[in-house]
Amino acid sequence: MDAILLQILNGLDKGSAYALIALGLTLIFGTLGVVNFAHGALFMIGAFCAVTLQKILTISSVSIDPEKKDFLGNPMEVKTPYVESIFGEATGQLIINWSVPLAILFAIPVMLAVGYIMERGLIKHFYKRPHADQILVTFGLAIVIQEIVKHYYGANPIPTPAPDALRGSFDFGVLLGFDPNAVIYPLWRLVYFAFSALVIGAVFAFLQFTTFGMVVRAGMADRETVGLLGINIDRRFTLTFGIAAAVAGLAGVMYTPINSPNYHMGMDFLVLSFVVVVVGGMGSLPGAVLAGFLLGILESFAAMNEVKSFFEAIYLPSIDQIIIYLVAIIVLLTRPRGLMGRRGVMEE
Amino acid sequence: MTLIKPTRRGVIQAGALAGAGIAMPTILTAESHAGYRNAPQGSTVTLGFNVPQSGPYADEGADELRAYELAVEHLNGGGDGGMMNTFTANGSKNALKGNGILGKKVEFVTGDTQTKSDAARASAKSMIEKDGAVMITGGSSSGVAIAVQGLCQEAGVIFMAGLTHSNDTTGKDKKANGFRHFFNGYMSAAALAPVLEKMYGKDRKAYHLTADYTWGWTQQESIAAATEAKGWETVKNVLTPLATTDFSSYVAPVLNSGADVLVLNHYGGNMVNSLTSAVQFGLRDKQVNGKNFEIVVPLYSRLMARGAGENVKGIFGSTNWHWSLQDEASKAFVKSFGTKYGFPPSQAAHTCYVQTLLYANAAETAGTFNPCGIAEALEGLQFDGMGNGATEYRADDHQCFKDVLVVKGKDNPTSEFDLLEVVEVTPREQVEYAPDHPMFAGGDLGQCNPGA
Repeated sequence: MDAILLQILNGLDKGSAYALIALGLTLIFGTLGVVNFAHGALFMIGAFCAVTLQKILTISSVSIDPEKKDFLGNPMEVKTPYVESIFGEATGQLIINWSVPLAILFAIPVMLAVGYIMERGLIKHFYKRPHADQILVTFGLAIVIQEIVKHYYGANPIPTPAPDALRGSFDFGVLLGFDPNAVIYPLWRLVYFAFSALVIGAVFAFLQFTTFGMVVRAGMADRETVGLLGINIDRRFTLTFGIAAAVAGLAGVMYTPINSPNYHMGMDFLVLSFVVVVVGGMGSLPGAVLAGFLLGILESFAAMNEVKSFFEAIYLPSIDQIIIYLVAIIVLLTRPRGLMGRRGVMEE
Repeated sequence: MTLIKPTRRGVIQAGALAGAGIAMPTILTAESHAGYRNAPQGSTVTLGFNVPQSGPYADEGADELRAYELAVEHLNGGGDGGMMNTFTANGSKNALKGNGILGKKVEFVTGDTQTKSDAARASAKSMIEKDGAVMITGGSSSGVAIAVQGLCQEAGVIFMAGLTHSNDTTGKDKKANGFRHFFNGYMSAAALAPVLEKMYGKDRKAYHLTADYTWGWTQQESIAAATEAKGWETVKNVLTPLATTDFSSYVAPVLNSGADVLVLNHYGGNMVNSLTSAVQFGLRDKQVNGKNFEIVVPLYSRLMARGAGENVKGIFGSTNWHWSLQDEASKAFVKSFGTKYGFPPSQAAHTCYVQTLLYANAAETAGTFNPCGIAEALEGLQFDGMGNGATEYRADDHQCFKDVLVVKGKDNPTSEFDLLEVVEVTPREQVEYAPDHPMFAGGDLGQCNPGA
């Protein structure tokens, strides 16, 4: 039972990342009709916003300490971050320690700008082109972005730890009456789940309760009529692209303490998120969220040793690697529009 | 007078004839000249450096490339000469003169293995066929190393393996044209098991997470056998795909498995991520079976330690070489590498640098680039002054035998490079095995192939 609970938590956590990326992906598809294969790259850019802020905060003044020697036996250079010189040692260290959560504030304007530039600079020229063209150009863009990041930050994962206060693990089992130590879960992963729920809630609230959101939803349903009413729907859709980029970016920022970011992390998530969107139903926001969590949980269960042994016995080895695609096939065979897909989306 | 009208068939026939004519001199000379493949023409010789520049081992690959460039610089007489000043072969000074190899200036081409066997074979093939590389070297994934070693055997060039730790590289997949300086899974296990027994006791239950390819399998087999011989029990071994980035679903079941030790048979980016997950899940703070839960990383590198940050503190593993060693050779190498790049070299860089010098020295002693001559010079070579103490290239399997370092993640690092401390230098006798040991049996070295 405790093992199952652990995997549910794990699944919710994996699902959070899938859901956040898929949400943006489907939002862009629903509004602009573009299949954005560069969305994984946006997630990665978000993560590198956290890396960049960490680097900025640790820019240091260098002094020579003749007492200490470096690895070559020369006097050692001692680095003192400017943040510590400006705000005092304790406050400076606190700021550096909390660099990942602080990166949220840094990432929002950066991601909005990246989204805006991407949409105005490239994607808008492909609105009327076939989906195959859109996939090719956005996939190409993703590779370009990836290589640029690799050039400047290197190919190695860069450790971006969570604040000390949120670094430990949390005994979840005790809350639910299990033995102590039975269900331990990393604190930061719980934070990630809560944060995702918050962002997803905020996006839905924004679309549901604001005039802007109402227009966007109307545009998703019938772009032409909204245009005929004299509303500049294109401008709003551009902003929607920016919002989707920001959501992917925030997912990336908060993901950095879970796995040290590298230039390839976007691609790792892209294919899975795309499957999530298809399973959820192209253009369906609740579908993306539902499918994200569902597939995350299924993937976690499939990684359980008992489940793997069972599937191995019926000649399905490595079920944890294929479960998502297997489910996608079944869903598409039984519900071709996905779990919550609407009629008329991606159909003639 | 009749004009000959060009017909489609005529043009094709003429084209084919002309093409064959142009190719004729190459067909006749390219591979038969000097009796071996890619015999250097003119005043230069080309080496092929095939390293992962992307994928989970990219970090190691980048450092390997730095070491190769440094080795080329030293061979051509540049820099301070590094370990060329300390390297002794068969008891006397090495044959390197600082004027390239056999008087030919060393040039190099590089390829990206992408940590994938097919990509690695393609880039090695291109370096051999298009660039005329007379030797291929590189590594970081044993799957890749074994694939490329096989290709070099067929193509008739020498393969000087870089970082590859699978038993199979010089075990069942050994080849006459392939040579490995790096140690292997068996040696890690033989060195590590006594230290683990001393630190954590005899009565332990181990849970293994293992990278799902040749290196992971053979290391897991070696560690399980060595620790079981010390009284440990192997509770479970779970294979994880090389491309895994989030190990949480593999780590979570460890908590309730009854195991009190987690062995991570992972390397590079895999190890950074799996260790981070294990620490995040609170494994190191846990008490199981009345003992502290422990994590072991049998193959360690400083680059990984840096990626994993604070999580490596106090964790045991083994390494082929470490920059903090105080012998003259290690100091000379660290000095030249550190001066050129601003940070100390990794074990991957060390083994690649050493392999390049060993190849060059073998060519000088043999007086030829012919793979068979070089193989003969390397087989049974006793050398020293390369950072590992007295070392032998065993003729039976082309594996180097030397001391092995057991290391531990340092509790109080004094700098960003000072992450591992050497706990024990395990002598060669303790890690040596017979060429027909069951974990290495099944392969055949075969005959050296000069490719022509």
